[in-house]
Amino acid sequence: MSTKSKSIHTKNSFNQDDRLKKVSPLRMLLNRPELGALGGAILVFIFFGVVAGDTGMFSAFGMLNFFDVSANLGIIAIAAALLMIGGEFDLSIGSMIGFAGICIAIPAIYWGWPLWMSIIFAFSMAVIVGYFNGLLVVKTGLPSFIVTLAMLFILRGATLALTRLITGRTQVPGLRVLIENDPIAWLFATDTFKWFFVWLGSMNLIDLRTDGTPLATGIPPSVVWFIFLAILSTWVLTKTRYGNWIFASGGDKNGATNVGVPVGRVKIGLFITTAVASTIFATIQVLDAGSADTMRGSLKELEAIAAAVVGGCLLTGGYGSAIGAAFGAIIFGTVSMGIFYTDVDTDWFKVFLGAMMLIAVIFNNYIRKKVTESK
Amino acid sequence: MSDYLIQFNNVSKFFGKVIALKDVTMKLKKGEIMCLLGDNGAGKSTLIKTLAGVYKPDEGEIIIEGEKIVFDGPKDALDMGIATVYQDLALVSLMSVTRNFFMGREPLKGLPFFKTFDLEKANKIAAERMGQIGIDVRDPSQAVGTMSGGERQCLAISRAIYFGAKVLVLDEPTSALGVHQASVVLKYIVKAASQGLAVILITHNVHHAYPVGNSFTVLNRGKSLGTYNKKDISREKLLSMMAGGEELDKLEVELKEINRLAN
Repeated sequence: MSTKSKSIHTKNSFNQDDRLKKVSPLRMLLNRPELGALGGAILVFIFFGVVAGDTGMFSAFGMLNFFDVSANLGIIAIAAALLMIGGEFDLSIGSMIGFAGICIAIPAIYWGWPLWMSIIFAFSMAVIVGYFNGLLVVKTGLPSFIVTLAMLFILRGATLALTRLITGRTQVPGLRVLIENDPIAWLFATDTFKWFFVWLGSMNLIDLRTDGTPLATGIPPSVVWFIFLAILSTWVLTKTRYGNWIFASGGDKNGATNVGVPVGRVKIGLFITTAVASTIFATIQVLDAGSADTMRGSLKELEAIAAAVVGGCLLTGGYGSAIGAAFGAIIFGTVSMGIFYTDVDTDWFKVFLGAMMLIAVIFNNYIRKKVTESK
Repeated sequence: MSDYLIQFNNVSKFFGKVIALKDVTMKLKKGEIMCLLGDNGAGKSTLIKTLAGVYKPDEGEIIIEGEKIVFDGPKDALDMGIATVYQDLALVSLMSVTRNFFMGREPLKGLPFFKTFDLEKANKIAAERMGQIGIDVRDPSQAVGTMSGGERQCLAISRAIYFGAKVLVLDEPTSALGVHQASVVLKYIVKAASQGLAVILITHNVHHAYPVGNSFTVLNRGKSLGTYNKKDISREKLLSMMAGGEELDKLEVELKEINRLAN
């Protein structure tokens, strides 16, 4: 202590580089929650690069495919990660996806609403569901695990019952024709950078169809949303006051309340975020498939939580990162497509998912001890 | 304007039939440290919460800088410059020193709607403030969990002072600390008082209170047994008042009896 504290008494010694340089870059990196997921993603890429390098998985078309799968999961995983850092769970994500799907399809097909109005309607319902989830958790003080488990059943049941009541079946097709000329739908249904892929095709750098158009037509909307949300969430978490409040609410609810953090408002906001992210997921899928299915999104909440955990979020809250969850989603997306390309039975994917999560939790637990250990 | 920064005149608080506080009177000047002593159940917690604006007194009055005040909640007390550092310190161990220091009151920069948490400025202030106490935070972005108990206590106190505390209410600041750590914290408390703060130190440890206090108020079963200046009372007398002298005398007799039987 004595030698160390000497330098402290020279004014502002904290900002001098010589003091910060003592922290090795490796230790700094080890303190980042997303380290494990980043390492895992690199390993998975190397593994499939070797095993499936010549199968077309890493062609432009193949890569867009597994990034599309990763991005869809990533959109909800990032929201789940924010909520987990804030100290809560949302198990109703999957049911919200199914519910949002029919909120778009039924008004558009059966009530003759324009598509854009149906989409806005779905997002409004998401805000209401998220607000209700949050309000119940904050006001009753019950574990969010129980409250949102109840919402999982309520939403899925209501989705099934209402759809069968109104349409007489469990699927609502016929949306594709409505996408054209809609003022909002393009946000969820248009490939971007098409010209770039046409150019790549014309240079014979990527595979072409027999009619000369490229097989990979452009960056799918899911990937654009995924990147946008990853950047936005990371910015909010690390650079804004609201981000500090999220960490504080999840880290120590009472402490945060005592110094004036509006913990209730923060948590309600995060529940709305997961419901809205589910609706973004649902809108992209419904417009891509051209139909809504009442069972869509089943078990997605667990995959989202798994990706967030692999990405370094602690189940107890207060620690984690949005980028980590994004890498977690990329790992799962890559492996699920990789298994398909390598002709391994796709049933094995779930085994991998579980094993991966187990390793991540053990690793995270170790990291937490490292971070909080006393001198 | 009165000499006293804060005065309690015959403050009482009841919960149904239970008398939690009865006719507590105390007053405190700038730069003074008053130690509030009492055994478990003496009413210390109720008094702290009354000071912090959580409870409203049922009888009596609180006077701050000569004006009678009724707190409408903890925020009111904080706005009046009365900062309470509870035993749990309101620190999040997984968060960095800086993020804890400014938790709930983050400095902002940038355009409206795109305002960001000014971490650069926050890091600088947190590092400066901790440096003034002589606490070695190598890097203000290190997690609070890596700090010792005494350092955490100092961080919580330093934060309260930075955000404009005039009266510092400290709830058992040394109870969980070892001898060395406790002395670091006590030194810091004396230093804070010498800079013009009034400090109310709540503790049941006379050995920690006696060296630093200017005056001592003893609570017993919700009542104040009086406020004494340091020169008017000895450490032993305080100790026996706190525990209720008879209690200790009785214990001595009982111990003698046990010893006699054992022999």
